[in-house]
Amino acid sequence: MSTTMSDQQSQQSGSFGGLSARSDAKINEARISIRNLDFFYGDNRALKAINLDFPDRQVTGMIGPSGCGKSTLLRVLNRMYDLYPGQRAVGEVMMDDENIVDPKVDLNSLRARVGMVFQKPTPFPMTIYDNIAFGVKLHEKLSKSAMDERVEWSLSRAALWEEAKDRLQSSAMGLSGGQQQRLCIARTIAVRPEVILFDEPTSALDPISTLKIEELIDELKHDFTIAIVTHNMQQAARCADQVAFFYLGEMVEVAPAGQMFTAPKERRTQEYITGRFG
Amino acid sequence: MSDAPEHLVKSFDQELNRLRNLMTQMGGIVETQVALAADAIMQRDAAAATRAVEQDPKVDALEREVETFVIRLLALRQPVAGDLRQIVAALKITGDLERIGDYAANVAKRSIVLTQFSLPYSLAGLAHMARLVQGQLKSIIDALGESDAEKAVEVWRSDQVVDDIYNAIFRELITYMMEDPRNITPCTHLLFIAKNLERIGDHATNIAENLYYAVKGESLPDSRPKGDMSAYAVIRPRE
Repeated sequence: MSTTMSDQQSQQSGSFGGLSARSDAKINEARISIRNLDFFYGDNRALKAINLDFPDRQVTGMIGPSGCGKSTLLRVLNRMYDLYPGQRAVGEVMMDDENIVDPKVDLNSLRARVGMVFQKPTPFPMTIYDNIAFGVKLHEKLSKSAMDERVEWSLSRAALWEEAKDRLQSSAMGLSGGQQQRLCIARTIAVRPEVILFDEPTSALDPISTLKIEELIDELKHDFTIAIVTHNMQQAARCADQVAFFYLGEMVEVAPAGQMFTAPKERRTQEYITGRFG
Repeated sequence: MSDAPEHLVKSFDQELNRLRNLMTQMGGIVETQVALAADAIMQRDAAAATRAVEQDPKVDALEREVETFVIRLLALRQPVAGDLRQIVAALKITGDLERIGDYAANVAKRSIVLTQFSLPYSLAGLAHMARLVQGQLKSIIDALGESDAEKAVEVWRSDQVVDDIYNAIFRELITYMMEDPRNITPCTHLLFIAKNLERIGDHATNIAENLYYAVKGESLPDSRPKGDMSAYAVIRPRE
């Protein structure tokens, strides 16, 4: 006779396997590497010794309270500050073995490689077609048919083609806010950049338009490296592969989004994202 | 977490406090249930057994209240980081507490059956096991109230002893059954009682793991103490 007992042996696991940082998605190699970057508005040091990698063809979200330096950092990535006297960046922002904050790097070709989409939609007061073609003409000489193709490609990638194809020659100002923002994205990708910067791209949009832009960002990351500044933490959680938290000009913490919003390492990050200071 | 500064939105703090209170309230009732069930076996106290069983609807109602409240918090607050961990842990922990309550009620019911039998042997081993499990439960419920991860680790470690005693009781009871078939009915009930106590210990360990994750943001190692070896126990009859 032998006696065994098999009841209730399947012990439930009490741990949160699915939520642990270990299971987070892989972060790709860096497309842009920032090393020891300082930024000055006159004497005011707005960024302090920033080190941050932007992984290739992934989305980096930047969060933090107003004035923390996240938008400043975005402006450094395509040298938006160049026009303003007294503003300067010190340090390395490496892209293809080139320090793009070095004044010797040509600004026009940099802007073609690093496109930017702003908070408020900024269509030019011209036709939808010309909004796209305008930037392309600055960098490339295309035949009429090639330009038509480029316009269609850009609008399709920006998920606007179906809505815009029958009104390409109408004014862009007649589009809705969400459509205008997608037009600005189409305009940005029309020059085929490597990196796209989004500065609070949905803060002026309704929830449905916001979700369309987020879906678009998810699509675009297959081809572009993306950096997005947002005040909407849920948006960073939804869109970003990695998230960086900035506070008072310092980068406090960078982590895969899953880890950032379940178990951040730094106390200041935890307090900010849970709404304990502002 | 309890030393974190307050939320900018104060009502969220009040809600998190309420969640913690519901959990400790539930823990308190379950602790009483287990104590009553232990008395019911050791003192052959049928009234205690009845009282243990009667607590069950209260525990179930609290579990449902926590579930509803957690779903509401997730939908309305969209919690992240420590808040998210605390809220999700509360859901899992109340599930464990509810199971502990069920096991206690089951022990109590079996103790009523046992009063019909004369037991020709000592229940000292079982009494010892019951005391250890009650100690585990008390510690983990205290830890819950204080969000104390260190105390949770202590409970997590202590489960091995309970498992060892359970294995010893298992073998002992089978020996009695082999000696005299008239022992089979009471010993089978005692076996289930011991198993239920052992399971209570396991659920206390689960609570410890969830509490640790909620407070620290990382999991305890995968290899937790799992010492119930009775599934592999074989006792050969004498030739």
